[in-house]
Amino acid sequence: MKSFITTPAPHAHSGDSVRRNMLLVILALLPAYAVSVWQFGMGALITAAISVLACVCTEWLISRFLLKEQRQTIGDLSAVLTGLLLAFNLPSSIDWWIVLIGAVVAIGVGKMTFGGLGQNPFNPALVGRVFLLISFPAQMTTWPVAKGFATNYLDAETGATPLYYLKHIVKTGDGSTLGELPKLWDAFIGVMGGSLGEVSAIALIIGGIFLICCRVITWHIPVSIIATVALFAACTGWCGVLPAGLTTCDYVGYELLTGGLMLGAFFMATDYVTSPMTAWGKIIFGIGIGLIVMVIRTWGNYPEGMSFAILIMNACVPLLNKFRPTRFGEKKK
Amino acid sequence: MKTFRIGGVHPQDNKQFSAHQPITECPLPKQAIIPLVQHIGAPAQAVVAAGDKVKVGELLAKAGGFVSANICSPVSGTVAKIGDWQDAWGAPGQAIFIDVEGDTWMPEIDRTPDIKQQCTLEPKAIIDKIAAAGIVGLGGACFPTHVKLLPPPGKKAEVLIVNGVECEPYLTCDHQLMLEHGEEIIIGIQILMKALGVNRAIIGIENNKKDAIEHMTKLAQSKLGIEVLPLKLKYPQGGEKQLIDACIGRQVPSGALPIEVGAVVDNVATIFAIYEAVQKNKPLVSRVMTVTGKNVAKPGNYSVRFGTPIEEVIAMAGGVPADTGKVIGGGPMMGRAMDHIENMPANKRLSGLLFLSEAESIRPEEDNCIRCGKCVQACPMGLEPYLLQRLGQLEMWEDCEKHDVMDCIDCGCCVYTCPAHRRLLDGIRPAKAKVGAILRERAAAKAAEKK
Repeated sequence: MKSFITTPAPHAHSGDSVRRNMLLVILALLPAYAVSVWQFGMGALITAAISVLACVCTEWLISRFLLKEQRQTIGDLSAVLTGLLLAFNLPSSIDWWIVLIGAVVAIGVGKMTFGGLGQNPFNPALVGRVFLLISFPAQMTTWPVAKGFATNYLDAETGATPLYYLKHIVKTGDGSTLGELPKLWDAFIGVMGGSLGEVSAIALIIGGIFLICCRVITWHIPVSIIATVALFAACTGWCGVLPAGLTTCDYVGYELLTGGLMLGAFFMATDYVTSPMTAWGKIIFGIGIGLIVMVIRTWGNYPEGMSFAILIMNACVPLLNKFRPTRFGEKKK
Repeated sequence: MKTFRIGGVHPQDNKQFSAHQPITECPLPKQAIIPLVQHIGAPAQAVVAAGDKVKVGELLAKAGGFVSANICSPVSGTVAKIGDWQDAWGAPGQAIFIDVEGDTWMPEIDRTPDIKQQCTLEPKAIIDKIAAAGIVGLGGACFPTHVKLLPPPGKKAEVLIVNGVECEPYLTCDHQLMLEHGEEIIIGIQILMKALGVNRAIIGIENNKKDAIEHMTKLAQSKLGIEVLPLKLKYPQGGEKQLIDACIGRQVPSGALPIEVGAVVDNVATIFAIYEAVQKNKPLVSRVMTVTGKNVAKPGNYSVRFGTPIEEVIAMAGGVPADTGKVIGGGPMMGRAMDHIENMPANKRLSGLLFLSEAESIRPEEDNCIRCGKCVQACPMGLEPYLLQRLGQLEMWEDCEKHDVMDCIDCGCCVYTCPAHRRLLDGIRPAKAKVGAILRERAAAKAAEKK
């Protein structure tokens, strides 16, 4: 009597895997990376390379020698993705050893201390970034001026980001620095200063829509974040605090297209592990991020608040998971 | 195109192996094994003994309770013994063993191929005939049909929903039955409508069976109250609750039966059996099963008398393929993988045999849950499988109950979709069993208290 394999149903699988999802996100980031290399040159290449390599090595070393795990996880590409996203959140001309430290902290502290993929409460790339911001505030707020591929890596000319000027304009109502802001079209395609990966809104949006179509992420988080920010900015404009040269419409445009908003909305906040599991949980998560980022941008000390907003909402995820889906047959609540 | 509103997945339908294969009759076996449990409910009780001579259609075992079903002989011959028997999954039970002699049928059974259109019986007589014939749901669950046709007091059926969906990949027996016996099925539907006292029937057919949709639509055109509804291709469209949601837009509440929203659902094969029982006096003694798989030599739809060892059915399909890892009774989403094929007969519960190669049978290694939420998106009952699995593993039964584990229909969408290959149902099934037992204890305690 021949015995066959008797594992339980179902006996079919979609073929989806962790690796496939990570790969798709990496692919979705390539347009933004292309713009970054075009705008920031060598810095973009070197920073990303170091970040990715350092993240992968950190995960492998900890897993193999510290935790002595049997199965290695670097094959699932999540460390590669974290490395890429960390690089995207840094000024492209930052010193290589700072990138290295950031990567080690992102993976070592942000991910491995909690037990590896799936167990961490906070977005590892953002843990690394915020650690660097607090430890090396000067270097982390020195931005290279985007001069195309020829941007010097070692002696980059530095300048303030659009959000820096925007914050001053909104806080004081002084419209004299309006000229420093890039044209809205430039902000859209990415001809402006900022972190390595955040500058090109169009490239990030294309990547984001690609991910939604491939069902890697859902629309809930990006749309909630963007809608909340847009509404908040519109309300600010309607309150009449904007100076003469800046219309509400333009202001909303700047808030959406500059800074880390698009990168955060499509790629950072949507990180599987640190975002809610249910539809309503995701929507409230997005609204929370939108509110916090605008509060920081408008009244806080930092010009950009995306990292903090996401990390604060990451902490709320266990609570947000209580917004469970409507059961089949249940009356709508 | 209509479909159910929550969740669902899109597996490859893999129907091409056995689709459109004409129904082929299998030869009679030398010995028939007839288990006493081929349905949900109490085992049937044998009314024959060793040495008795039986004819095809003769009652072998009568229903063992309210929720139970008759078993009529699928063969003619001498009862060899009634004894212990183990199914292909190792579950113990009792079975009647008959040495087959010839093929003599009970005299009242009409074996002519003529299609009988008119039915003049009263509803009660129809239901009695269905009960006598031992008809159970042939979609896989095997619920005794006559029980379904007797709504509890206060509940009234409004619409009959006919399940022609066959959402399990690979299986094509229902499809072929609709193409070859559509007229009988329509008559069966009319009989059922009379028995239930409804004037509306909806035949739900998934969109990958366009010829069946066309054929049944043409047949139903002149029939009052019967409509054919093409449904979007999505698993588990054929799940009772999902089908009702798609056809009439009503969701059966948790813990309730379809009659709660005025619906009665029956599979097309069951309805064909009803036609044969009511119009031809023919009890349920055979069914069409699909034998299929990538490596099967002659995949197709085989009409088999119950009791026929499946080895003989498999032989008709070309034998067990050399590269076989799993033999599944049913379809790939909810079918159960058999340990062996020996000593296992075709019966009311077996809708098909699926042979998966070794490569197709290996479950990839499990990763940590990556909290992607895809299982939540896929669940057609709106549950949170990742959470239920964890609570089940931790044996937190109260929390399992609170998170509605009893609503789980075991469809497998969550496991199908999980990128980390988590064994979600492996944790959820024991939780359902345990919570089910707790609920029954609670109900019994309450009933005892009331006395």
